[in-house]
Amino acid sequence: MSKFKKKSKADTNIPTSALPDIIFMLLFFFMVTTVLREQDILVEQRIPQATQLQKLQKKSLISYLYIGQPKNVNLYGTEPRIQANDVLITTNDIVLWVNQEKDALSEAERDQITISLKADREVKMGPISDIQFELREADARKLMYASTIKVDN
Amino acid sequence: MARKKARMSQEVSTGSMADIAFLLLIFFLVTTTIASDRGILTILPPKQDPNVPPPDIKLNERNIFNILVNANNQLLVEGEFRDNTQGLSEDIKSFILNFGAPDEEAQALYNSLPATLKAQANMDPTSSDHPMSGGAVVSIKTDRGTGYETYLEVLDLVKRAYFEVYAERVGLTADEYRALSSDNAGEIELINRGKEEIPMAISIAEPEKIGGE
Repeated sequence: MSKFKKKSKADTNIPTSALPDIIFMLLFFFMVTTVLREQDILVEQRIPQATQLQKLQKKSLISYLYIGQPKNVNLYGTEPRIQANDVLITTNDIVLWVNQEKDALSEAERDQITISLKADREVKMGPISDIQFELREADARKLMYASTIKVDN
Repeated sequence: MARKKARMSQEVSTGSMADIAFLLLIFFLVTTTIASDRGILTILPPKQDPNVPPPDIKLNERNIFNILVNANNQLLVEGEFRDNTQGLSEDIKSFILNFGAPDEEAQALYNSLPATLKAQANMDPTSSDHPMSGGAVVSIKTDRGTGYETYLEVLDLVKRAYFEVYAERVGLTADEYRALSSDNAGEIELINRGKEEIPMAISIAEPEKIGGE
């Protein structure tokens, strides 16, 4: 008898106390599965270390050039290559690339463009100085040699 | 017996869920590295017009601190062979602050320096005249075959010498000086006071065609 009474009193509300946990679960799921960098680095990147590092205030003004030996040696050879965005380019393309990057900035900021040179430590100065020459041609004279902090021992 | 089973709670206990969530959050906070945009800043010289010959700048040999790095990553500092970069930063610093033959303006600059920097002025007539523009210049020249890492190490040491001078002028350490941001008027004032009249005169020469490609 008492059983029937209980059934008629059944709660029709959905319990929502676990909702935050579900939200958290979703948040973590997407945190784990999202990859921040959408471009693959095609060249070796062992950034050299230095002590006198400076930080740039405005990230939107930075464009990156990656220099190093290609990871896929069979396809691209062993000579150091330059990667801009997600393709390998030659030194001759740098002026064009800088102008494209400048176009993406607002007019007032165009001359403040900073090139961050992410070069592998095995690279020789030859290719680096060629790049610097092209950057001068393209009038992108603010250059940053990307490096990580060296801990004094 | 049957009654007890029916009463058993069917909910999973969620009391510790928040703790698990926090643990995960802290784990990802710690392990995630955001690509940092830090590095050594330089300004390249302006483009050269091929029709205009490069400006003929007259500088006395004593005002130039020559650093040559060859394709074997060996150094020639002021004509002297070196195998490593030990003590290079100190040498550059005493070169910058030499005040061998200061003119009137440079003498005023010298008088404005704090005592610790004044003590470093050797007044050697065979070294740089003064650190103002037209005075001391540090020149780095590499071969095409020089390693980028060695070049960056040398450039880093030259920068260090200058930053230490700037920082000492405003009574900070070099690390604190470099961390000053240009967002804040007070900090901009400190930055400018540090480097006032002592330009970072680093000349990076076109590499010699040895050892590359």
